[in-house]
Amino acid sequence: MADRTATITRAFPRPQPTRDNAAFWEAARRGELRFQCCTPCGVFRHYPRPTCPACLSREFTWELSSGRGAVYTWTIVRGPTLPAFQDRLPYNVVDVLLDEGVHFVSQVLDVEPEELRAGLRVRAVFVPLDDEITLVKFRLDD
Amino acid sequence: MTRIRSAHLPPLRDAAAIVGIGQTPFSKSLGLSEYEMAVDAIWAACEDAGLSPREIDGLVRYDMEQIDEEQVLAALGNPLLRWFCGTPFGGGGAASVVVLAAAAIAAGMAETVLVYRSRARGKNSGYGKDPKQGGRYWEKMPESLPGLNQWHVPQGLVSAFQEMAMISMRHRIEYGTTDDQYADVAIAFRGHAMRNPAAVMRTPMTRADHHASRMISDPLRLFDCNIETDGAVAMVVTSTARARDLRQPPAIVHAGAMAAGSHHIRLSNLLGRSRDDDSAARVARQLWESSDLSPADVDAAFFYDFFTSMVIIALEDYGFCRRGEGGPFVQDGGLAWPDGRLVCNSNGGQLSEAFIHGFNNTTEAVRQIRGTSTAQVEGCEIALVAGANTDPTGAFLLRRA
Repeated sequence: MADRTATITRAFPRPQPTRDNAAFWEAARRGELRFQCCTPCGVFRHYPRPTCPACLSREFTWELSSGRGAVYTWTIVRGPTLPAFQDRLPYNVVDVLLDEGVHFVSQVLDVEPEELRAGLRVRAVFVPLDDEITLVKFRLDD
Repeated sequence: MTRIRSAHLPPLRDAAAIVGIGQTPFSKSLGLSEYEMAVDAIWAACEDAGLSPREIDGLVRYDMEQIDEEQVLAALGNPLLRWFCGTPFGGGGAASVVVLAAAAIAAGMAETVLVYRSRARGKNSGYGKDPKQGGRYWEKMPESLPGLNQWHVPQGLVSAFQEMAMISMRHRIEYGTTDDQYADVAIAFRGHAMRNPAAVMRTPMTRADHHASRMISDPLRLFDCNIETDGAVAMVVTSTARARDLRQPPAIVHAGAMAAGSHHIRLSNLLGRSRDDDSAARVARQLWESSDLSPADVDAAFFYDFFTSMVIIALEDYGFCRRGEGGPFVQDGGLAWPDGRLVCNSNGGQLSEAFIHGFNNTTEAVRQIRGTSTAQVEGCEIALVAGANTDPTGAFLLRRA
């Protein structure tokens, strides 16, 4: 039997852009939060997909989001977690309901666990991971 | 069954029955391979039914099961398997395996179908590099994420229990569900486990014990989470006609349903969807409609208790109470035996008996129908078994012959 500890992923688990979502990651690298937006009906969507869930149209553009929204739900991760996140414990993870109507899982930076609550207004900020990938995080909105 | 009133019965109705149940011991560490455990449990289920393993002609494989059809056949003297399939979406398939077995039997594709789950998930049992080969799947995350987990794992949301924490927190935000209500579920199920010699966790639990357990991902504490164990469970499902000649009183599959909606790993989708329009609530509607029964007819319920909070939400999904009233339903011994509002997971469930992906809850439902549970409902006629309620899922109703 293999040693359990030998099978644990040590590296930072990195998003790998695909044909379906490369436009999102390219925008994030430029400091823009963009989502697919249906051309005929104007509904935003996330995760990326070929059709509009509201009207089934396949016509869309990658539209700029305001980056503003409200915390919909949240958790404080206290461990266990992956080694890549171990030194950050405890840390928050939030679901932000953006003003465009899409849910987005992220973190709120520079906030104490006790400050988190549903409805907290936040705005997107951009944290580069490497040359290709920039993660979208949030800060309290002024 | 005087309430049944359909003019045209669904083909699944009462067509099949669970006639054999088998399991290994449950333990934090058994020191056995998943292959050994699977075969032990399958053999025990066949013995219980009074059937030879060579009579199996159908098989349903649970999503994450590592012991595949070929391995099972090789260990059972190569029975002539003429129908097989599997369930996707983890815990969502926990009850669907029986729905699919019953569907195959109703359609004449097979007569005697095996369902089984073998898990080496005790902390010291992580023996393979593949996420599904024992241990904690999420610790073996690929370093490069092309799938939908790229949207949350890099943010630090790495595991199901953290996803469930987010879903549970939302339920608290909307309905004010409390730590005490979570404790009520944990304590009720621990009480069941204390009566069940097969259960892994049999020490008493108080409200203070629950609240003192380590917070792992707010609002979920350690005692809100299923335990991790080694063990295997198997069941034999056959036609109701054949069941009459077998050793055990049959647990007849009266109705079954499946419904696909969002999945907890795709959290942005799940949170964007109304729970009343998601998998579990849809399954519940189909189940009640196709059975001509209602929650009031259920003598014992078996929910996929991966977390205390999810039992509370399942009670709402399946219509035992209104949306938002699951917390008050379980409060103050609502799930306690024998005087609570509902007998639920009377084996101790996955919170206290063992975590065999819900299969151990199904065998307990069969024991309730047979009248052999250690927390027996007197004259149990109808039992509900449901898969995980944050996945595309399934559920079925068992009844006495």
